[in-house]
Amino acid sequence: MEVGLNLILSIDSQCSKGTIDKKPIRKIIVWRKMSEIVIDIKNLKVQYPDTDVPALNGINLSVEKGEFIGILGAHGAGKTTLCLSINGIVPNMISADMYGSIVVAGEVPPNIPVRELATKVGSVFDNPEFQMSQLTVFEEVALGLQNLGVDKEIILSNIARALEMVGLKGFEERSPFEISGGQQQRLAMASALSMKPEILVLDEPTSNLDPIGKEEVFTVTRKINQEEGLTVIIAEHEVEVIAEFADKVVLLEQGKITKIGTPQEVFPELVNKQRDIGVRIPQVTEFADLAPNKFQGTYPVTLAQAKERYIK
Amino acid sequence: MSETKIKMSETKIQCSDLAYTYPNGVEAVKGVNVSISQGEVLSVVGQNGSGKTTLVKHFNGLLKPTEGKVMVGDLDSSENPVGLLARQVGYVFQNPNHQMFANSVREELSFGLKNLGVDSETIEVKVNNIADEFNLTEYLELNPYRLGFSLRKTVGMASIIAMEPNVLILDEPTTGQDFLGVETIRANINKLKSERKTVIVVSHDMPLVAEETDRVLVMCDTELIFDGSPSKLFSNNDLLNKTNLKPPQISSFATSVGIAKANEAILSVEDALKAIK
Repeated sequence: MEVGLNLILSIDSQCSKGTIDKKPIRKIIVWRKMSEIVIDIKNLKVQYPDTDVPALNGINLSVEKGEFIGILGAHGAGKTTLCLSINGIVPNMISADMYGSIVVAGEVPPNIPVRELATKVGSVFDNPEFQMSQLTVFEEVALGLQNLGVDKEIILSNIARALEMVGLKGFEERSPFEISGGQQQRLAMASALSMKPEILVLDEPTSNLDPIGKEEVFTVTRKINQEEGLTVIIAEHEVEVIAEFADKVVLLEQGKITKIGTPQEVFPELVNKQRDIGVRIPQVTEFADLAPNKFQGTYPVTLAQAKERYIK
Repeated sequence: MSETKIKMSETKIQCSDLAYTYPNGVEAVKGVNVSISQGEVLSVVGQNGSGKTTLVKHFNGLLKPTEGKVMVGDLDSSENPVGLLARQVGYVFQNPNHQMFANSVREELSFGLKNLGVDSETIEVKVNNIADEFNLTEYLELNPYRLGFSLRKTVGMASIIAMEPNVLILDEPTTGQDFLGVETIRANINKLKSERKTVIVVSHDMPLVAEETDRVLVMCDTELIFDGSPSKLFSNNDLLNKTNLKPPQISSFATSVGIAKANEAILSVEDALKAIK
């Protein structure tokens, strides 16, 4: 595969994603290998035993290194199955029939053990407590690395780095069960990140969190994407956040991808279809549709865009 | 029928100088004075650990005040068992797994009614009706654990509504729900409202709070620091900053471009549209 090397230079908050942060994000210079495909899925079909309808039915998806992908869809549309196919839990731990082809970080997930793939694909689920088993935050993060038989020094440095990335430095000796939900979820992220994966898959990571917890998780997710260049795949109901953070939005309906594109491309097309697809759209997009003359017929998808384009 | 005997037309909830300290010494709520009339639809908001769940658990006697007094209708909560109070005030848990134990959805929906001494024929009619209302008919004979989280949550809510309490407490009803799940819950809240039930929603879902409830209680560090309309809450920046609450996107937008009146936040897309016309 031909790999082009492009220089992406974005200096202030005026980057294409738009931001409502008070502080501008300073992304100085990022060398990014464009079109380096880290997830390549072709005609993927997944069917669980004793079910009549496939959970995924002909998925084609290719994800470039460093992309932030938001997966949207109603319950049962296939979001979780797609996440679990990428990290290999389906079919290796949850059995299912799988057809088509899937390559993730150069590996074929069904062909390698889940814990081995975890060094390339980290996973975070909706209920952080289910992922906790150790007495201290430190041990929790160490668990995965110890199981891999990694050197002690590497373990220590990886743990320190992972806890730093998620803002839990100083929490090493705390119990995972006595910290807040947002902290637990960041701990789950640290466990995943300690393996230095290339990809982080998050399946509804903020569903059980309060507003502060949600904010914490989204902030860390964006940080590891922008600063560490990790590829992020996130299934999430908070469409306002997806509209702001994601490079690309994937809409799933009944096991199929029915829309894919930038938030700017996808959300305007979903106006008035929320009920059919089972997905909300940002309130400002809805408003722009009802008051087109106030936005010169354009569709803002983030708060910042809406403020900028509104004609008083 | 015994059912009519236990049903009361009005349940007013009144907390006077309510304080609660857990047995381990943690003070979770203090100095709360609040009165909730029959038919009100209100929400209780605040970060985790602010005391909101502790507060609402006093509304049906799950917790008894360590100081002050809570009246549920005519009953002093400290002097009456939770079983008696729960007939007037139903509590739908955030995690449906905490309230589910029957082998089928039908059994789950029947359980409360059986406990109230309702005869089996009436139970069958009521269960079929409630299943129909919540689109659960096709799952009636399934084990609740075979259903997805969102459907299981619906079963939890339906099983409490089946007992027809005067007051319903919904703890994080929209958590983990998709668009249709949220719509269903909103429709149910409105239906309960039209039946003059009191609905108390504990939630982090600010669009739900803004659009479906008329009054908001804000808990912060064990205290009730705000009791008023959502439009007052979402226009009060000091309070929002202090409590880390984020208004619905449309409210923030309307305030920043000057559509909203002073001290009166826009609560929905429809409101915003009305305001510019």
